[in-house]
Amino acid sequence: MKAVVSTFPRSHVAAAEAGAAGDNYLTHAHGIRSWLFTIDHKRIGVMYLVSILAAFLLGGIFAILVRTELLTPGPTIVSADNYNRFFTLHGAIMVFLVIIPGIPAALGNFVLPIMLGAKDLAFPRLNLFSYHLWVLGALLAVLAIVTGSVDTGWTFYVPYATTTGMGGVVPVLLGAFVLGFSSIFTGLNFIVTIHKLRPPGMTWFRLPLFLWALYATAVIQILATPVLGVTVLLLIVERVLGLGIFQPGLGGDPVLYQHFFWFYSHPAVYIMILPAMGIVSEIVSVFSRKHIFGYHFIAFSSIAIALFGFFVWGHHMFVSGQSNLVTTIFSLLTYSVSIPSAVKVFNWLATMHGGSISLRTPMLYTLAFIFIFGIGGLTGLFLGALAANVHLHDTYFVVAHFHYVMMGGTLIAMIAGIHYWWPKMTGRMYSERLGQLSFAAVFLGFNLTFFPQFIMGSHGMPRRYYNYPPQFEFLHQLSTVGSYLMTVGFVLIAVYLLHSLFAGRRAPANPWGGATLEWHCASPPPAHNFDEPPPAGDPYDFNDLEYDARIGGYVYGTRPVAADSEPT
Amino acid sequence: MPPAASTIAPHTDAVFYFIYTVSLFFFTLIVLLMAYFVFRYRRRVEGERGPGRTTHHTALELTWTAVPLVLVVLMFYSGFRGFMNLMNPPAGALDIRVLGQKWLWSFTYPNGHVDTELHVPVDTPVRLTLESNDVIHSFFIPAFRIKRDAVPGRYNRIWFQATRPGEYLALCAEYCGTQHSDMLARVVVHEPGLYEKWLAEAADPFRTRSLAEVGQLLVAKRCGGCHSVDGSANIGPTFKGIYEHSVTLADGSTVVADDNYIRESILEPRAKIVRGYEPVMPTFKGQLKDREITAIIEYIKALSDEATKPRSDEGTEQ
Ligand code: HEC
Ligand SMILES: [Cu+2]
Ligand SMILES: [Cu+2]
Repeated sequence: MKAVVSTFPRSHVAAAEAGAAGDNYLTHAHGIRSWLFTIDHKRIGVMYLVSILAAFLLGGIFAILVRTELLTPGPTIVSADNYNRFFTLHGAIMVFLVIIPGIPAALGNFVLPIMLGAKDLAFPRLNLFSYHLWVLGALLAVLAIVTGSVDTGWTFYVPYATTTGMGGVVPVLLGAFVLGFSSIFTGLNFIVTIHKLRPPGMTWFRLPLFLWALYATAVIQILATPVLGVTVLLLIVERVLGLGIFQPGLGGDPVLYQHFFWFYSHPAVYIMILPAMGIVSEIVSVFSRKHIFGYHFIAFSSIAIALFGFFVWGHHMFVSGQSNLVTTIFSLLTYSVSIPSAVKVFNWLATMHGGSISLRTPMLYTLAFIFIFGIGGLTGLFLGALAANVHLHDTYFVVAHFHYVMMGGTLIAMIAGIHYWWPKMTGRMYSERLGQLSFAAVFLGFNLTFFPQFIMGSHGMPRRYYNYPPQFEFLHQLSTVGSYLMTVGFVLIAVYLLHSLFAGRRAPANPWGGATLEWHCASPPPAHNFDEPPPAGDPYDFNDLEYDARIGGYVYGTRPVAADSEPT
Repeated sequence: MPPAASTIAPHTDAVFYFIYTVSLFFFTLIVLLMAYFVFRYRRRVEGERGPGRTTHHTALELTWTAVPLVLVVLMFYSGFRGFMNLMNPPAGALDIRVLGQKWLWSFTYPNGHVDTELHVPVDTPVRLTLESNDVIHSFFIPAFRIKRDAVPGRYNRIWFQATRPGEYLALCAEYCGTQHSDMLARVVVHEPGLYEKWLAEAADPFRTRSLAEVGQLLVAKRCGGCHSVDGSANIGPTFKGIYEHSVTLADGSTVVADDNYIRESILEPRAKIVRGYEPVMPTFKGQLKDREITAIIEYIKALSDEATKPRSDEGTEQ
């Protein structure tokens, strides 16, 4: 071991190996306060992860209640009003508390500075503040549940949202407002960090693609989220003070609300999916042991998606009565986003070509992502075509489409990322066998849940229906059974990951053979990541990495670097 | 796709199946390649390297940028053509107004008749003008492939031409609250000549029926979603046995449900709220004619007579 390090003079590796035995970010300080008020990005990332998974549990419970209610047409387990509350809470919690912050705030926070070779984010206190804001937002959501709940759908369409009798509307809107700030601060922090804290040698085109993705995401967070803030504030003002902005009875325009709402909420879809694509780019390359194919195309496609994503919001309003010209333009622009997404998929496939593909759990979930996101993206093409949209809008086809993108895409990639960085975060390895089993349950369960919904939707089953025509009963039941199977998969993941904390094998610094900088740190990393800035190279050059069976991980080998180094 | 019964439907389906074919092709391609690579380049020993060295290939990458680009422009165009057709009704279409309100569709025919069912002649262009008087609803007939929001404060239009006589279902596709999923309407496409006959009869139900019978029809169509006639409580109180009985209001006072009270409840539902119920009843001002209101009152009276009769019978038995 010592020989390896000395022949490959990277002093931080030595420091990292030393750190593994002694001090790391988990053991660096003790007590609950050392967590709640930490400014260490790694600890904040872990807290985000735990909190977001708790929110996921809550949102998941509502999802299961919704699916169970739909086992039969008409009343099954709850009343129509409760059903309406449940799908609203499911949507609002999953979107605002789980999927939007999910990858950037939890995994991004942990990984970004280490991947970059920095000691922390540019503004560690702001980072802590944005976590505290997230918690405040989550508490407001809980407050909404106890103060009469909400039944508006997560979209809060006016005039329904300004007239409904349920008391939780204002708290939930305030929650969205506060969460918006949390998101903006995180984005700001990421952008400044990537601009300012890159160590010598870390040029823009040596940035790992996950960081390009987080960067593009941060741009959207900063530019789009303020509009959400304004929108929900206006909604609160209208609901509380009766000021006419959106409500026609008061002289407002309900379609204006939809424009405002989707001006944020469509780009938000890219806040969700871009970081997911970033994770996939990392994992595909590492688990194929092959340089990512078309680095530049992938990096620029992230930026392109972020930019195009701002000009397509009107595709949510094709049947709302906006003018035909506007509708046509939005349809055309919507298709522009599909191109960079397609480019990424082909580049991932090309990366696998000629690689050495290892089907460990992170890779399995990544392949699931490509499969599911493929369906999610392609079904978006149906919805972009105006004539087809008129039929499919507001049906289960849309429900299935966005679950394929948001859950099958973002959430599955997040699970892949959790499995990928778990050894780094916790210093422990989980059971590979159970990981693969969980993949099977989640993958099958997911498709069983949502595929039938495409069929229902194209046959005219509208969304948000408590009662439904009996012809759809069988497909609804399939879908519900799928959701139970998926639940089993999630419970299994929770069990073996928690188990690994206590009984898992100790993780080596680089279990998968990744070449990005976080794998140069020990697992778990020391409190300040690096003692001196690590030398940044090509993040997808695996040539010098050799597998060392004694430690069950990869180390930098002794082979001469120049021999088969290649241009990027 | 569900059975197609309008002139638009085959166009929409053509767009759908065009995109479907392209998507299926690419999806199969992606999955096959993925499966093949996973198998062909599987890692046998940890630490092993694969044969591939290429890190990029600009011509290839430009190809898989350009090919999808061409395809999506075609998709856009096919969808656009269908949509323009849908938005521009031919001259001389039959005009029907559609009002969405919680949780009932009502249709106003050119002769002023208001109905809760949409009746149209086959092979005739029909133009719908949609409006709402509470929240947003969305009028959706899957068999015709049409959908359009009914937005308060504005009029939205859509048209269709039915191609097959028969019965279809119209649904509400925009979430609107408790009974969103029950906001359905029957759509009847008539054989040539039968539409006019139906309209004439529907417009004057009093010609062939007694007042209470007309009232029964109206209650079933317009009030049945919220009021039962069998004594069970629903969103609103039952009609059974209320006539000329006293009612406790939300403020604790009582009134007798006489003709004037019922009339007021229908026209000004917020004026007096029955204890234990939410004030969600919409007004029927301007939608029910005086004679129809009288018919409803007559029917509610008849319901009470039925309700009291069996009771006196029981009394004699005991
Ligand atoms: C959206 C549901 C809804 C519809 C549709 C509706 N109502 Fe009501 N109605 C209510 C509710 C709720 C109440 C009780 C609260 C109140 O007094 O406004 C009520 C109260 C009444 C009352 C007073 C009943 C009593 O026991 O004192 C009458 C009479 C009435 N409705 C008649 C009608 C008629 C006639 C129609 C159809 C033309 C109709 N309603 C349609 C919801 C509805
Ligand atoms: Cu969108
Ligand atoms: Cu509705």
